[in-house]
Amino acid sequence: MQNIRRRKPSESEPSKPPETNLPDSDDDTKTTQKGPKRESRKEESKKRKENKNKWSCVDNCCWLIGVICSIWWGLLFLYHCLPSSFPQYVTEAITGPLPDPPGEKLLKEGLTAAHPVVFVPGIVTGGLELWEGHQCADALFRKRLWGGTFGEVYKRPSCWVEHMSLDNETGLDPPGIRIRPVSGLVAADYFAPGYFVWAVLIANLARIGYEEKNMYMAAYDWRLSYQNTEVRDRSLSRIKSNIELMVATNGGKKAVVVPHSMGVLYFLHFMKWVEAPAPMGGGGGSDWCARHLKAVMSIGGPFLGVPKAVPGLLSAEAKDVAVARAIAPGVLDSELFRLQTLQYVMKMTRTWDSTMSMIPRGGETIWGGLDWAPEEGYDCSKKKQRNNNTLSASHEESGSYSSQRKNVFYGRMISFGKDVAEASPSEIKRINFRDAVKGSNIANGTCRDVWTEYHDMGVQGIKAVAEYKVYTAGDILDLLHFVAPKMMARGDAHFSYGIAGNLDDPKYENYKYWSNPLETKLPNAPELEIFSLYGVGISTERAYVYRLSPSMDCNIPFQIDIAADEGDEDSCLKDGVFLVNGDETVPVLSTGFMCARGWRGKTRFNPFGIRTYVREYDHAPPSNLLEGRGTQSGAHVDIMGNFALIEDVMRVAAGATGNDLGGDRVVGAPPVVSRCLAENRFFASLMLKPQGARVIATLGQSIWFSLF
Amino acid sequence: MGSILRFRKLCYAKRLNIQSYESKKFDKKNDGIVSSSEAVMEELKKRKLRKQPQGWRCIDSCCWAIGHLCTAWWLLLFFYHILPTNLPGLQVPESPGQKLRREGQTALHPVVLVPGIVTGGLELWEGRPCAEGLFRKRLWGGSFAEIFKRPICWLEHLSLDNETGLDPPGIRIRAVPGLVAADYFAPGYFVWAILIENLAKIGYEEKNMYMAAYDWRLSFQNAEIRDKSLSRLKSKIELMYETNGYKKVVVVPHSMGVIYFLHFLKWVESPPPFGGGGGPGWCAKHIKAVMNIGPTFLGVPKTVSNILSSEAKDVAFLRSMAPGVFDSEILRLQTLEHVMRVFRTWDSVISLLPKGGETIWGNLDWSPEDHCGCDFANIKASGTNSSDFKTNNSDAKCSFQLKERVKYGRIISFGKIAAELPSSQLPTLSFKEFLLKKKANSFCGEVWTEYDELSRESIREVADNKAYTAETLLNLIRHLAPKMMQRAEDHFSHGIANDLDDPKYAHYKYWSNPLETKLPNAPDMEIYCLYGVGIPTERSYIYKISPSDRCKSIPYRIDGSADGTHNGCLKNGVYFVDGDESVPVISAGFMCAKAWRGKTRFNPSGMATFNREYHHKPPSSLLEGRGLESGAHVDIMGNVGLIEDVLRVAAGATGEELGGDRIHSDVVRMSDRINLRLVSLLVTIGDVISLLVIISGAGEQGRVCHPLTNGSGSRHHLAMTSNAAVARC
Repeated sequence: MQNIRRRKPSESEPSKPPETNLPDSDDDTKTTQKGPKRESRKEESKKRKENKNKWSCVDNCCWLIGVICSIWWGLLFLYHCLPSSFPQYVTEAITGPLPDPPGEKLLKEGLTAAHPVVFVPGIVTGGLELWEGHQCADALFRKRLWGGTFGEVYKRPSCWVEHMSLDNETGLDPPGIRIRPVSGLVAADYFAPGYFVWAVLIANLARIGYEEKNMYMAAYDWRLSYQNTEVRDRSLSRIKSNIELMVATNGGKKAVVVPHSMGVLYFLHFMKWVEAPAPMGGGGGSDWCARHLKAVMSIGGPFLGVPKAVPGLLSAEAKDVAVARAIAPGVLDSELFRLQTLQYVMKMTRTWDSTMSMIPRGGETIWGGLDWAPEEGYDCSKKKQRNNNTLSASHEESGSYSSQRKNVFYGRMISFGKDVAEASPSEIKRINFRDAVKGSNIANGTCRDVWTEYHDMGVQGIKAVAEYKVYTAGDILDLLHFVAPKMMARGDAHFSYGIAGNLDDPKYENYKYWSNPLETKLPNAPELEIFSLYGVGISTERAYVYRLSPSMDCNIPFQIDIAADEGDEDSCLKDGVFLVNGDETVPVLSTGFMCARGWRGKTRFNPFGIRTYVREYDHAPPSNLLEGRGTQSGAHVDIMGNFALIEDVMRVAAGATGNDLGGDRVVGAPPVVSRCLAENRFFASLMLKPQGARVIATLGQSIWFSLF
Repeated sequence: MGSILRFRKLCYAKRLNIQSYESKKFDKKNDGIVSSSEAVMEELKKRKLRKQPQGWRCIDSCCWAIGHLCTAWWLLLFFYHILPTNLPGLQVPESPGQKLRREGQTALHPVVLVPGIVTGGLELWEGRPCAEGLFRKRLWGGSFAEIFKRPICWLEHLSLDNETGLDPPGIRIRAVPGLVAADYFAPGYFVWAILIENLAKIGYEEKNMYMAAYDWRLSFQNAEIRDKSLSRLKSKIELMYETNGYKKVVVVPHSMGVIYFLHFLKWVESPPPFGGGGGPGWCAKHIKAVMNIGPTFLGVPKTVSNILSSEAKDVAFLRSMAPGVFDSEILRLQTLEHVMRVFRTWDSVISLLPKGGETIWGNLDWSPEDHCGCDFANIKASGTNSSDFKTNNSDAKCSFQLKERVKYGRIISFGKIAAELPSSQLPTLSFKEFLLKKKANSFCGEVWTEYDELSRESIREVADNKAYTAETLLNLIRHLAPKMMQRAEDHFSHGIANDLDDPKYAHYKYWSNPLETKLPNAPDMEIYCLYGVGIPTERSYIYKISPSDRCKSIPYRIDGSADGTHNGCLKNGVYFVDGDESVPVISAGFMCAKAWRGKTRFNPSGMATFNREYHHKPPSSLLEGRGLESGAHVDIMGNVGLIEDVLRVAAGATGEELGGDRIHSDVVRMSDRINLRLVSLLVTIGDVISLLVIISGAGEQGRVCHPLTNGSGSRHHLAMTSNAAVARC
């Protein structure tokens, strides 16, 4: 109101009736002739003119803003008036009719909701909200700190980091801070606005009759170690109680569990926990799984760990960060504004126990030694090689190893220097770092507030690490113990990475083994089915070339050596990272091995012969921008929108067995797509679609996003 | 953008120089820039010469104003965000959560919140084509944007099937689960949010706090049949009990949630298939206290006017202010008719009809409230503690005795005269007569209210019956809306049980009526009635036949012109009593104050009950929002006194540690005026004399001494005598 009132006097001037205006303008032109007679009037008119000039600038701005606002509102109004299916019409007009979404299709086939469905989200995708915080987080009560818009990251970054960190001694809440998982389907349906995770699957399930009473999102705090989620939040008990409830209220139909990413390990832990006796376990009895579970459909499950976790823990970077560093050197390291982003991120992520559950398991037996790796012979050239035939039972070692130009030693997960990565095993001289004395503290006081254990290592320790040259999956554990003893001490209480010699050893009753498929038996539930659904056809990080970082003072001492590049489109080495086939995050080896081999038939890991199925989905990038993240994607998170995968999940939920689906589905001959093209597309999409999460990933605010 | 600006500048310059410059001269100046717009300028100039440049200026100033407003708005928003949340100058009163935390109270018992009618959010899971794109979006609660965008579609989706009371085919609306279901009803309008925040301050979080959201449109048993809501609640309580160190649960239901939870208490101990199969000890094992907020135990008179004419005080008032708005046929609005059609498909509404008939709500001549005036604002706010509570106090609280008593018992009267006539002069007409005359006239179109099927005569005859009490009212509604009542009366009952041991009371339709069920056998459990007082609350109505004779319109409406001299008891056709704006004191307080107090037939195990009243104080300033000491039905959820009570009980306190009863209103006296038999029927059969003794004794004890101070003795005595009576039988 005031504005209008203020406007009025000024407005009255130009809108004065013309009678007064006419002589005025007359004056302006004729003053020279009529002379001083009308000096007073002239001054007056001058003033008026000045006035006009004065407000014309502000006025113009306001006018401009007004126009923009009005147009914006107009457009918004039009947009809302349009039917909501308008984008679909456009897409169909361009690309022809879209296929029916699976929900629609199966509804037509007459499928209806039968078995209750439980979702188990993975790392990073679940929302976290504040329940109690320090002063700086006032008024954020029950607001999301993780997931959603991430508005607080920009508004008060240090406060945010402080609240997201856990206590680095206990791995639980720091005093005075309570961050808790968001519960319900909203916990992980969308990660950021517009960036779906479970939403597409949920919507399709709803089409055939699912709703809250037979669908449950087992949200948990993904920062904690699995057993700690039970200790602190009773998450495992809640899952148990909810599954029991849903089975009881849906006519005794057993539940279909759909875990994704780290949720797969979490649910593995749950299956052991629930049958173990209280107080460590859930006390469900030895037939709980047989009574309550119909199928476990793991999506992109990192059964054997993720190589990406290693650089994440070691230097808080992954491929994306390394690339960002290559494009704009210095941004991430700039001391301006005391950013030290990576250091802060590292400090935060190292308090999260769950990241340690992703460290590659099974040591050299699984991931390869100095001169050997299961993926050996994987051809990174334009012709995609079926690398999984070493794993799949149906295709026994029949792959044609095409002419190899150079052998890639994937088993060397970290090598210091490109030459070392490629040298033959006999040429490498390694100096054992394990006994190296950690030198005096190089850090001066200013670095102290960024807590990473590197400060305790000293120059000699760092040198010793680099001197060892090559680390295999087994060595990496020792390396992590060396560089981050406190963190690993915490993690060792909750996770184990080995292979069991004798599974009947009573020590394996400890919960730290429960999430490692190589150190546990599957439950006694012969009718249970385990599916491993994952994408293939995207190059995935597998091993890294490292170097010492140039500046030593407050920085993380190691970096991925982005200079290490074959410069060749066909090479497996890109920006210091060796790539293999996978779903962009998890290599096929980790997702597929257990279901294809480790558990197939009656093995010691699967003593009761639970049937397992491998279902692969070849990656096809979205054909145009309107398709969003694609309906045939194989990428780690985007696969949740893959129609074929959704259809499989829905059929099983509606009662089908693995054999009804057609048993294994192994991608035999993937279409000839240039890996490099695919990769370029990825980076292009990274630039084109600044959808919350991606942007954050590139900005280095949450490196771990890429670690789903 | 630049060129737009320049263009605009030109126009201004133009206007100033119209008279002085030749057009060419002007154009030369800006030759390079605007040569293309020259023609336009010419055109414009000509137009301006002909008539004043009004049009251009108008749009211009509009844009200017919008721009200004936007900028100012953004600036204010910016400042608002920059400001610290707590202004240093402003003294923010300490919240109850902080206070208790400082005292060292921490989370002990798990808490279950049960929302009431209307406050819970509903979301779409499957809909018709018109609701495309709304999957898992809230249709009820939140911003209600869809009402304005597609009102017809919205109404269609919120209706239930009028035969089954369940989903119509092809539509699935489900309750939003979790704390978000009812923390805020609309953005900024809190329901549970403040209580949750205070609970969180002493350590509560999702693992020991649960919102038992349910679809409040359904009848309670249907909520179990369709959504398994009761089973989920049972499982959640068991889970929280087990995972929180076997600490019993404190349940906090609000409004209709109170009778929903009452239903749950019976359901959970009943055997399947109708019940939850928890066994007879379930409640005793799992529940520490039930803290009913604004309970609607005996129904709400407001419901009657809602069912009859889908209007309440507010609507009637609006109509008298602006007659014709609601009835306008322009745009085919018929808002009320549409609302009524949707409303009548919701079974839960029927659960809120007044229960207990004339015994509770009064007959044509008598009502429990009629001895007092209506000057609620002047009732002293000073609380009385149970310790110094005496019968005399209730007399003092009556500001004065009225010479002519208001006949609250007549919940509906047609015409003001009928509301005041002595009962002997009222015409009586039995329903059976005009039930026969009922016939359907021509079908009036799409709006489905059962009024369409009534003939004009029968509508008039209903009005001729003049006055209806709580009992005849049910007949009236059965007559006017037979289908609805038939559907709903399978699920709800509104009477008073004679013999609670009658096996018919095992049926679920009686479970939500406190007068037809026994409380579970859980002597350690506590029941609280927490409610606001001091606000005039609708109690009975004066109706008239609506003037318009059109079909499709609702034939009755509240007579907004009936204003009384009864010291403000009658306003705009509505009689008021003391209450919390929605629920009268008698409905909220009677059960705890009398019917369950001590060992009665409704409360055979003698669990302790407490009345805690909160006197309404309007917010002192705008900054206080909806007030820290409000007593209104929903706003009371932000009342610091109430929150503190709930927190203390959750942290382990018992009712006596809270200070027992806390009574401001006249509830005890009113309850004493209600002549409800509180002891078992067997006793009366057995020994008439001992019955008389017991009744008079119980009555005296209820009035004279407080059961808490003196109750154990009298309880014991009661039990003894009734046992003896049974034995003799």
